[in-house]
Amino acid sequence: MQPNDLDRIAKQIRRRDLEAVFEAGAGHIGGEMSAIDILTALYFRVLRVWPDQPKHPERDRFVLSKGHVALAFYVTLAKRGFFPEDEIKTFLKPLSRLNGHPNCTKVPGVETNTGPLGHGLPVAVGMAKAAKIMGADYHTYVLTGDGEMQEGSNWEAIACAAQFGLDNLTLIIDHNRFQQGAALKDTNNLAPFGSKLAAFGWDVTEIDGHDMTQIVPALEKRTGRPHCVVAHTNKGQGISFMQDTVDWHHKVPNAEQYKIALAELSESL
Amino acid sequence: MNAPAKLHDCRDAFVAVLERLAAENPRIAAVCNDSVGSSKLGGFKTKFPDRLVNVGIAEQAMVGVGAGLANGGMLPFVCGASCFLTGRSLEQVKADIAYSNANVKLIGISSGMAYGELGPTHHSIEDFAWMRVLPNLPVIAPCDSIETAAAVEWAATYDGPVFLRLSRVGVPDLLPVGHVFQPGKANLLRDGDAVTLIANGTLTHRMMKAADLLAAEGIRARVLNMATVRPVDVEAVIAAAQDTGAILTAEEHSTFGGLGSAIAEVVVAEAPVPMKILGVPGVFAPTGSAEFLLDHFSMSPAAVAEAAKTLIARKRA
Repeated sequence: MQPNDLDRIAKQIRRRDLEAVFEAGAGHIGGEMSAIDILTALYFRVLRVWPDQPKHPERDRFVLSKGHVALAFYVTLAKRGFFPEDEIKTFLKPLSRLNGHPNCTKVPGVETNTGPLGHGLPVAVGMAKAAKIMGADYHTYVLTGDGEMQEGSNWEAIACAAQFGLDNLTLIIDHNRFQQGAALKDTNNLAPFGSKLAAFGWDVTEIDGHDMTQIVPALEKRTGRPHCVVAHTNKGQGISFMQDTVDWHHKVPNAEQYKIALAELSESL
Repeated sequence: MNAPAKLHDCRDAFVAVLERLAAENPRIAAVCNDSVGSSKLGGFKTKFPDRLVNVGIAEQAMVGVGAGLANGGMLPFVCGASCFLTGRSLEQVKADIAYSNANVKLIGISSGMAYGELGPTHHSIEDFAWMRVLPNLPVIAPCDSIETAAAVEWAATYDGPVFLRLSRVGVPDLLPVGHVFQPGKANLLRDGDAVTLIANGTLTHRMMKAADLLAAEGIRARVLNMATVRPVDVEAVIAAAQDTGAILTAEEHSTFGGLGSAIAEVVVAEAPVPMKILGVPGVFAPTGSAEFLLDHFSMSPAAVAEAAKTLIARKRA
């Protein structure tokens, strides 16, 4: 699949995500919009997966550590064929398996349960380590938020990955520069991430996290060491008035805002 | 007079079975937090160096890595001092293991007050309470080396998470050689009709000695070993209440939220009778060895026997 095709799919996923946030009256739309290009590149180009066999032992692993953007993950998984797209309309509805954070015991394609931050990377280290021990050739990807990197458990895992020589592990940091309450730089500013990861013995690639011509090669890169892709992104990407503001972490658009956002995401679909 | 029974460190039984199973099953891994020595994993490390995953002093990563290994098709035994494994990593145990229903065996080493003089930071007298509220997670505290070996065998064949709580304090063997572990099933070690004494882990043999003291006074006490705190053996508890009319529990754990609480939940709902729950009474323990502290908190055989007599008197009142 070519970059243009991926852009088109990402736009469709953004649009469905927006619709579902509006219908459900909840979601984490800012972080969803920042992550959707990465999710699209993973599921429609990079990952070796079999949607009809979600537990296939040779599948590549993807862990969404920033579990609060579950909706973007659900839309992506459904579009890729892991479950019916029609089911997205049950998001957050009573007894729906699509709750606010992904559940691997119910939703095909989800590998481990996330929601509390700082959980996905240690689990991904275990997945990559298992492949090393068992001689399996699947690759493990994990997507974290940048604010989430404040969790100490991530740095335990970063050190382990280097110690174990996990060249089959790729960490993608969705560096949208905002966390729930404020800008990263005004909270506990761990940026720049690249030099910190490099100091722990990782290879680092810095990319524009909305440019498919940069995302795809970065995700496909193999370096002989654990690899961190620092994806420079915009919170609310694709919707002009949501972009780069802390206000849209989990705000829901009103009817007028929804109309404008929908129009922006419908252009040249 | 009989010679004192030989005492066994149950960690030895654990690693003996683990190493035997690992020789047969290449999927078995041991995960630890720099705790190769205290978890007695030295032999495992020598025999299966590639499958000893030591994350260093990083308990959150240890539990998360365990979940990831299971996702990758391995059968990990995650071993660490119970106080850190359960306390430091509680949210990982909840989200990565129990909620994700990961096939990971959590082995809490040196639980209870096994670290004695090292003090309450190293005591693990909260772990039954913390682990017992988590869905999908059987909670098991074997009473001797035979039950430990049998429980490890069972855990390796069970497809799902397990919390196995071990001590390092020596205990005599109580169960018969060849014992097969059944989760949620208590073992009747001695029958009686005056009172039922229920315990697990390091307290079961103390209950047997208390029953001897009671027998010398003509009081027949039933003794149940109840290794599985969740799911608790509801049938055995109801039968104990109905047959003996009083239940005394003892555990190397806080009296809040542990074995006694689990049994009381059944007794209150199904067969109300007088109960007494012995354990650490909601305090941080003072300095002392594990054995000293168990005596200090009224769990010597003599103190248990006295508590049983007081309880029996309440039954008649």
